[in-house]
Amino acid sequence: MIAVADYGMGNVGSVLNALALLGVPAKLTADPKDFSEVTHIILPGVGAFSDGMRELRERGLIPLLEKEVLEKGKPFLGICLGMQLLSSMGEEGGETKGLGFIPGRTRLLKADELRLPHVGWDDISIAPQCPLFSGIESRDFYFVHSYVVEPEDQRATAATCTYGETFAAAVQKDNIFGVQFHPEKSQKSGLAVLRNFINLHA
Amino acid sequence: MLKTRVIPVLTIKNERLVKSVRFSDHRNIGSYIAAVRVFNSRDVDELIFLDLDASVRGIRPELLREVTKECFMPVTLGGGVRSLEDIQTLLNCGADKVSINTAAVETPELITAGANRYGSQCIVVSIDVAEDTAGAVARAREAEARGAGEILLTSVEHDGVMEGYNLPLIAAVSGAIRIPVIACGGAGVPAHCVAAVRIGASAVAAASIFQYTQTTPQTIKKALVDAGFPARV
Repeated sequence: MIAVADYGMGNVGSVLNALALLGVPAKLTADPKDFSEVTHIILPGVGAFSDGMRELRERGLIPLLEKEVLEKGKPFLGICLGMQLLSSMGEEGGETKGLGFIPGRTRLLKADELRLPHVGWDDISIAPQCPLFSGIESRDFYFVHSYVVEPEDQRATAATCTYGETFAAAVQKDNIFGVQFHPEKSQKSGLAVLRNFINLHA
Repeated sequence: MLKTRVIPVLTIKNERLVKSVRFSDHRNIGSYIAAVRVFNSRDVDELIFLDLDASVRGIRPELLREVTKECFMPVTLGGGVRSLEDIQTLLNCGADKVSINTAAVETPELITAGANRYGSQCIVVSIDVAEDTAGAVARAREAEARGAGEILLTSVEHDGVMEGYNLPLIAAVSGAIRIPVIACGGAGVPAHCVAAVRIGASAVAAASIFQYTQTTPQTIKKALVDAGFPARV
């Protein structure tokens, strides 16, 4: 069973649809009992950083995530805003402290004269050791965002994409993964990323 | 390299897929679920799904869920969006983005509130242009200033006519704002889409061309690539 963190910030319907297609039991939840029982945790999300942190706090999800992800080492996947919330600090909606699971900042994408948000299918370069991307057919994924995560430790960057600047399209630290793109909306390659995540073990 | 998107638009009325000409004469063209399945299997870049009845009958979550269940590409849902609760309802139904049309004019604060709550990337402001380009530019600028993430720009005069997009309108609006413009209304052949992109559209949306001709999104993307624009082929 997979927990999809319920904090009111998501395109959660899409994530649940994708997991259903993969045949994986999943539950949208903020219940500590569910979190202790599941094998994997997904933090989806669209929205602003400051709102996301506030909702996580109000629903009591921060200590739950710290316990299940940091202490117990359950595989964790943050998607889009869910990846950004992994960082220690976000600029969107006023400077806000993040979960800090992957030290770094979430800041506005330096797109120069290019249009923002960065919306659409874009190709990524993948660090060879990242298990999320094994066996994928295409490197095009669907992005829709204006902010990016800048990890303090470059080794946390698991994939990059270039739009105005080269930024982290995916991050990884041990059992903790984050993707800036939307795997649940990236057709076959995206579903492959989710399948790879589900196949990880604590 | 960011790819130029080709986006089929599906509009429904009375539970049937319809296609209008200049926003009237809605013709029933079949089952929307069948159309959604075809576009998903064709691996389209994105889909826009608008329920024309929602402004009168209200948003129908069951119907929308039925649609998004079939979509493993990004979906913009629209029709009858008037409040933050409506936006939340559409997101709960599986929308990735929400299109705001009438309410963007009547209560533009909804754009601000929606962008603050759900992020700009989730708010598509749909501008239907009947005549005045200057008015459309002003509305696009206001939408951008209020936090819209994209503009869906439809020329009413060109809708369903299949003789090409309103290029001066696309040029004026995309030149005035920094957020992406999705051009809509007028595609009859792939070259029309190429022209819209060349003049400033970040993405092209179309309906009739996919319903009444043999052209597929893939055909259009090949034409874009041949013309030097990156596309996902």
